[in-house]
Amino acid sequence: MASISLHGIHKHFGDIVALTDLQLEIADGEFFVLLGPSGAGKTTTLRIIAGLEQPETGLVRMDGEDVTTAAPAQRDCAFVFQQYSLYPHLTVFDNLAFPLRAPLRRIPEGEIRQRVERVAATLHIESKLQRKATALSGGEMQRVAIGRALVREPRVYLMDEPLSSLDAKLREELRVELKRLQRQSGTTVVYVTHDQVEATTLADRIAIVDAGHIQQVGTPEEIYEAPVSVQVAQRLGSPTINVLPAGWFAGQHPATTACVGIRPEDVELAGENDGFECTVIESSLLMHHVIAEHAGVEVRARLMQGVAPHPQSRIRLRFPAGQRLLFDQAGKRLAA
Amino acid sequence: MSEIRIQNLQKRFADFTAVRGSSLVLESGKFVVLLGPSGCGKTTTLRMIAGLEYPTGGSITLDDQDVTYLRPRERDIAMVFQLFALYPHMGVRDNLEFPLRNEGVSRAEIDRRVQEVAAILRIEHLLGSRVTGLAGGDRQRVALGRAIVRQPKAFLMDEPLGTLDAEFRELMCVELRRLHDRLKTTTVFVTHDQNEAMALADHIVVMNEGEILQADDPHGIYSFPSCLFVARFIGRPPMNLLKVDAPVVRGDTGVRVASGTIDVPAVEAPSPSVLLGVRPEHVRLRAPGEGSLSGRVQHVEYFGSHWVAEVQTGAGPLKVLADKSVRPVLQEQVGLAFDTQRVVLFDAATERLLPSATTIAHQPSMRHG
Repeated sequence: MASISLHGIHKHFGDIVALTDLQLEIADGEFFVLLGPSGAGKTTTLRIIAGLEQPETGLVRMDGEDVTTAAPAQRDCAFVFQQYSLYPHLTVFDNLAFPLRAPLRRIPEGEIRQRVERVAATLHIESKLQRKATALSGGEMQRVAIGRALVREPRVYLMDEPLSSLDAKLREELRVELKRLQRQSGTTVVYVTHDQVEATTLADRIAIVDAGHIQQVGTPEEIYEAPVSVQVAQRLGSPTINVLPAGWFAGQHPATTACVGIRPEDVELAGENDGFECTVIESSLLMHHVIAEHAGVEVRARLMQGVAPHPQSRIRLRFPAGQRLLFDQAGKRLAA
Repeated sequence: MSEIRIQNLQKRFADFTAVRGSSLVLESGKFVVLLGPSGCGKTTTLRMIAGLEYPTGGSITLDDQDVTYLRPRERDIAMVFQLFALYPHMGVRDNLEFPLRNEGVSRAEIDRRVQEVAAILRIEHLLGSRVTGLAGGDRQRVALGRAIVRQPKAFLMDEPLGTLDAEFRELMCVELRRLHDRLKTTTVFVTHDQNEAMALADHIVVMNEGEILQADDPHGIYSFPSCLFVARFIGRPPMNLLKVDAPVVRGDTGVRVASGTIDVPAVEAPSPSVLLGVRPEHVRLRAPGEGSLSGRVQHVEYFGSHWVAEVQTGAGPLKVLADKSVRPVLQEQVGLAFDTQRVVLFDAATERLLPSATTIAHQPSMRHG
């Protein structure tokens, strides 16, 4: 278990600046998610924590101790990569046991067996322990890869999109499993993803990363409810937040308002003489959403109705004033 | 306009039966989705409608003409495999004209149809462009254009969006539905993705192990699953299923679950062993002691717009979809209240929906057997 602190980190690869003046404080025992599009610098941040990359400037601390130049092995981080990297000639059991059999660890074989079996049970691969790694499906292989990190009981888990290669159902199962495991063990996790659902469901806190900068850090609820900018507001939430022209609400907001954000679940069906008339483009009972159009702008609403309105039909939608987020020309949230 | 009628359709491959005696009427002008897990027989059914496979029993009629054993090109049906397939070395116009040139359509007619299709898909300004270098969305529209330019009686589509990434798939769903609303050509669309099915379909046919389990509009499939398989297959998270402790008889308006009573729509048929089905959005978290069932919150997931809480009850785990203002707390004791009109019952032995006041009031919008 460990806290992690990154201070003034700069990193570039040739001409490409990956991270500029990155500051990050991750508490001991926290499930911390770095969320952002590809190329944002998430993976680079993770690799700097692991010691797989060296920053040009800046400090990396673990539990207050400066580890900026320490070798990966000294940091005791367990890394799970996006692509499972198993030993194809070994069985599942031996793949899981491998990190425990390092000569320096001197763990008795009985304990190794115990730990491997416990992890295998958690990840539902008990029945596959004697199989060759190559005889597994993709989902099973990734579970073994995650399991290999879990058996070690390191100070920190670093996970780089560990679920992205799995199908939707398995991803949901493992998401729940990962969160449970982390809650039980209390180990610090730094988790990189571009999937906002993974971020909000797993994280104690999220850092929204874009173009080598951290845009906002907070609990999932803080970021969702009070985003600092349009970009951050659009990063969380499905369907995406509505961004409507300020002109629709003329006279209701400060003159510096360039656009008005409102979450789909805050949009309401309106009566005859209220709201805006919209043409339905798509609706789904399953997703509880209606996508409609008003004056060439797409409006998304989350409505828990019993029957989905038919495409091309007309509905009236209103945007309650108390739920609106106001943004200026640069996309910054206006101070409330 | 064209109606497709499938009667007692069967397909056997050696000792494996892919489709077992399906009967179905696909109404003219409807967008019908065949939905099911891999191996359920949906693609085989589609291929028999297309003429790419011949059935081992039963018949297919298209507008009252028996087409069961006609070759594909004798049926006037267009099969769309994957929407991104274009000839990269040809321009947009050539790609659109190509299907017509092979059919001996006159030059004037070709020009007229290409122009019309381009207008429908809003790609007129691209007719002179090359296919390479087109933005993704435009490419897909051109590919769609190639399918519709022939003006077939029906479109058959086998997971056409399967290889696209999620964002694109959503875009194409909207595009496909828009096109259908404009052309009203009977469309049969195969997918294993329930999101696609629920967003696109007028009618959904759920299949498993070669059998049709339910055929209805999205509302019917979602609200009144015909059996446990459909209840578990549709919905994310899927429908909750709780064991009922006592037999039910006709007229019952409440069932015993974990020593409490949950109100249900009046039962219309007796059953010795029953499961109660309720969707996560039709259960509400209440203070302990309130509601008709109690439990402890054992897992919570935050989605921004809502929460999903897993509650351990005396009848097993139950998922609740809660408003974003609710904030369920881990390990907390809660009461659970059910939307009575949304609760359904299943017979545990037959695994089929048990008739109740709400289910018998619902008229399925499709005929099948």
